[in-house]
Amino acid sequence: MNGKSVAAVEADSIARAFGARRAVDGVSLRVHSGETLALFGPNGAGKTTLLRLLGGLIRPSGGRALVGGAKVPGGSPVRRQIGVISHRTLLYDALSPRENVEFFARLYGVASPRDAALRSLERMGIADRGDAPVRSLSRGMKQRVSIARATVHNPKVVLADEPFTGLDVSGARALSRLLGELRESGAALVLVTHNIEEGLSLATHAAIMHEGRLVRMGERASIVASEYADEYRDLVAAGE
Amino acid sequence: MPTNIATWSPPVNSVVGDALLVAKKDLTIEFRTRSAFLSVVVFALLGIVIFFFAWDSTAVSAADLAPGVLWVIFTFSGLLGLHRSFGVEHQEGAIDGLLASPISREAIFLGKAGANLVFVVAVQAIAIPAVSLFYNLPLGGIALPLAGIAFLAAIGLVAVGTLFSAMAANTRLSELLLPMLSLPFFVPIVIPAAQATAKLLSGRPVVDAVAWLKLLLAFDIVFVAACMLAYPFTLEE
Repeated sequence: MNGKSVAAVEADSIARAFGARRAVDGVSLRVHSGETLALFGPNGAGKTTLLRLLGGLIRPSGGRALVGGAKVPGGSPVRRQIGVISHRTLLYDALSPRENVEFFARLYGVASPRDAALRSLERMGIADRGDAPVRSLSRGMKQRVSIARATVHNPKVVLADEPFTGLDVSGARALSRLLGELRESGAALVLVTHNIEEGLSLATHAAIMHEGRLVRMGERASIVASEYADEYRDLVAAGE
Repeated sequence: MPTNIATWSPPVNSVVGDALLVAKKDLTIEFRTRSAFLSVVVFALLGIVIFFFAWDSTAVSAADLAPGVLWVIFTFSGLLGLHRSFGVEHQEGAIDGLLASPISREAIFLGKAGANLVFVVAVQAIAIPAVSLFYNLPLGGIALPLAGIAFLAAIGLVAVGTLFSAMAANTRLSELLLPMLSLPFFVPIVIPAAQATAKLLSGRPVVDAVAWLKLLLAFDIVFVAACMLAYPFTLEE
């Protein structure tokens, strides 16, 4: 998270209030290409709201968010760079996985969208169920399709909110491999998770969010996992 | 609804191309589930039957009553169908996927409205012959102008309904909110449509209905433009 080059993702004192409640309260961060920020925090800490702000899904009530140096919410060129994985599947139940992924591939202007959709489903190990209706799939399978949908256009920025939700061991492995490939190709990842071990294994940087603010942020290399986990648990316990 | 929709691919990454993609997706979902279409058709046919048996044929002639029946049925069956338009987007949060994608808000509106238009026209294609049958009104020479009036009115109804469906979908009282918001704006469309229909059904020439049709067209243009401009604001949280 060096401060020199243009960050892939940047938040500058960004804030968002819902009525009197400040869900995100003046957060600043920078994530560069090839970096992964793991964002931890208890329920209601503001992690999902921060991700929605960075993805341009909601407008900030203060500060600003930038992707590739361009302000979000922005126009099509900015949104084309972002892939959003939510804790909800963002899928259409009546369509098949292939149709869902292909639909989004077309929206993103991906060349040969049908082939790209199949490749994306194969990457997540769900291509064999590609023509079954999404509603007939288990939660974990839907999550695999959802990840295939979010990454079909090889985004430069991936915003992932609890992406491991519902995944079995092979699904989690496929996702870790995919996130690794995206990072190696130069993508910047912001990963929201409750699982410290999982998050730290993928991260180059880590931060803890509490009551809308980043209370601890640092490079993964300087973090001792067990101490970090204890610190996180203490923070969650203090908030209860 | 066309059966080859699953294999057809519109040109993409223009507002029209993206709108066609969204419309194709919505129609595919409706074609697969058929839940809304069948419910609306049953509602429309039951409405016609109820009006028919509630009608005293010695007091009011069929030509006087039919336009009112037709437009009451279109208005309320349209509302039923439009309600599902954004329902599918909120089931699994798919609307976030659309909003995060490069597609413009105008293309989402146009796509949704396009699919709704096909839906409403399909219901009209069943309801108009049903009214003709029940009220013994031969459509012969007026079938085409009547279809034109129904189509023009459907454009306005769908533009307003799509806008308010987007607004209402994310609320707890969406079933109540959609008709409350939409009906006042349906009135300027339904009045000229019903008046023009009455002229045709009473045997007057099409030229007698032109003034009403101009008014209908004017409201269509105003509502389509205003709803498309207002639509992006309905997506703000």
